[in-house]
Amino acid sequence: MNILPHLPILIIALPLLGAFILPLLNRINKKVPGIFSVLILGASLFFTILVAIKVMTVGPQVYVFGAQSTGFTLPSGLKFPIRIIFEIDAMSIFMGLITAMVSFLGAVYSLTFIQKEEGLDKYYALLLLLTVGMFGMELTGDIFNFFVFLEIASIASVALISFQALYKGEPAEAGFKYMVVSSISALIVLFAVGIFYGQYDVLNLAALARLIKYSQLDKIALGLMVPVLAMKAGAVPMHMWTPDAYSEAPAPITMILVAASQASLYALFRVTFTLYNIQLNTLTVGWVIIIFGLLSMFIGVTMAIIQKDIKRLMAYHAISQTGYMLLGVGVGLAVLADPVALQKYGITAMEGGIFHIMNHAMYKGLLFLTAGALFYRTGTRDLNHMGGLAHSMKYTTIFFIIGAAAIAGLPPFNGFASKLLIYESVYRFNPILSIIAMVVSILTLASFVKVFHSAFLGPKLPRYKEVKEVPTSMVFAMAVLSGIIIFFGLFPDVIIKNLVHPAAMSLIEQVKYSATILGGM
Amino acid sequence: MLGLLETGSGFWNAIIWLVIILVLGALVVYFRNKGEDSYKKRTEQDKPFISGNPELNKEDSHLSASHIYWGFTEALKDYYHPLIDFHTGNINDYTGWIIVVTVLVLIMVGVSG
Repeated sequence: MNILPHLPILIIALPLLGAFILPLLNRINKKVPGIFSVLILGASLFFTILVAIKVMTVGPQVYVFGAQSTGFTLPSGLKFPIRIIFEIDAMSIFMGLITAMVSFLGAVYSLTFIQKEEGLDKYYALLLLLTVGMFGMELTGDIFNFFVFLEIASIASVALISFQALYKGEPAEAGFKYMVVSSISALIVLFAVGIFYGQYDVLNLAALARLIKYSQLDKIALGLMVPVLAMKAGAVPMHMWTPDAYSEAPAPITMILVAASQASLYALFRVTFTLYNIQLNTLTVGWVIIIFGLLSMFIGVTMAIIQKDIKRLMAYHAISQTGYMLLGVGVGLAVLADPVALQKYGITAMEGGIFHIMNHAMYKGLLFLTAGALFYRTGTRDLNHMGGLAHSMKYTTIFFIIGAAAIAGLPPFNGFASKLLIYESVYRFNPILSIIAMVVSILTLASFVKVFHSAFLGPKLPRYKEVKEVPTSMVFAMAVLSGIIIFFGLFPDVIIKNLVHPAAMSLIEQVKYSATILGGM
Repeated sequence: MLGLLETGSGFWNAIIWLVIILVLGALVVYFRNKGEDSYKKRTEQDKPFISGNPELNKEDSHLSASHIYWGFTEALKDYYHPLIDFHTGNINDYTGWIIVVTVLVLIMVGVSG
């Protein structure tokens, strides 16, 4: 049997089946679930890379569930697809690569970080299910299927955020809050899906994109989906769940939650670009996204500066960095109907925003892992109680410096490359937006100087005399992320040419997305 | 060229930047080493000068996070007070903001045509 056509489903099927086998394996040995999860997610990462190579060399891939062949999108005599279809284009696989990398490294880091906890089989099963949900949201070409995967990711996230709730109240509270906002967003998404299905009798994104008329009902669906997907991505003023959830979840889960938020951001871009494209008033909706971006950037960073809890501080920075992505892609959307502006700076702005998604997943993941390393050794997240840790945690210090420099947009790290694209392209759209983005970067640097000084610099504190570097699996995960950050910073052209530009173009070229399934251009 | 990032307005190359930084760094080290070498380790020269005040115990001299940017937040307290009040931590407010923003976006999308 040729396994290659089934790679898209194997990316998801492996962690899904693995999640249900884990409780059985736990009966053999308590260490087995962790190692098994790393192997499963390693295989998923490998398959994702194979699919990515195929998408980049051959073009978008489809996987039809339950059909005679995996590419059989249209049953004979029908003009629209009736089965669930995965449509994997450059944008989907771009997001899939982020999910695969982050979840694999999260599992590796968890091997020692979480080993003292009870119920590890449940922890790893939920981690695998969260990964399944994220992959599904990114790879599916069916809008109802998207809702199902959104729910899987949300439910697994709630349980993982509350994982340490047995002996602390805060994780339970954070999990509850996330559950409420996730339920609201999922119901609103389902309502919008109902609007589409009621009008057009199809759930396939490609078919919907071809049929959509931008009726009053479509406008309502758009007006419902844009804010809730922005909320799930952590956009201000609907961001308040983010610091609660990110700070209370175990550090490797926080890293994966960042990627899960970005899966919602991807859905926001997929809906606006692929589903509606130039049928909507691109300038208005583009500015709505830009305003979300501006508010997120500025309020996120100014709230971060005053935090004393290292993970809350980083969570506010995650909100702020999401603002850059919204700004870049929002500018692309605002000029989508203007071919000249799109060509002059719109595509570059989108490339900057999309590249920033991957860069952010890497450096913010790294920063959350360094915060986890500090917590692992000191038992506190309070920056007021830290100090002098560079003396005893040298690797963690170096990784933190790399992550902090990247998020602040310092050359030659990856954050600089994507921010430069955003600054220069957005400046041509509206200089004030670009200036605000630069000011936010300066404030970001200031904030991380504070963290660096409080946690790492200064004399060795007596209470941390016994502190030493974190175990190898944690160092390994941080080292891999640091290596990616440096590589992306030194050779951004390789990533932009092979991953980012095709991803941006796959959002812009709506017709191509539909034609992959329905045929005809 | 490997590493060349074109921005539409110009270009950036991290490799060139690194080479320049390394050359400049080497020049700085070279000129520094040309300077007067009168510093002696573990002498009076090692002690900090704090206007004649007694030197604090090293462990007591660490500046904690709350002290950093105190002036910044004090100067911007009119900005920060409402912003902190806005973050109530109450789930009712979280859901309230989702509704408010959804209504605003619906109006904007509806009106804009």
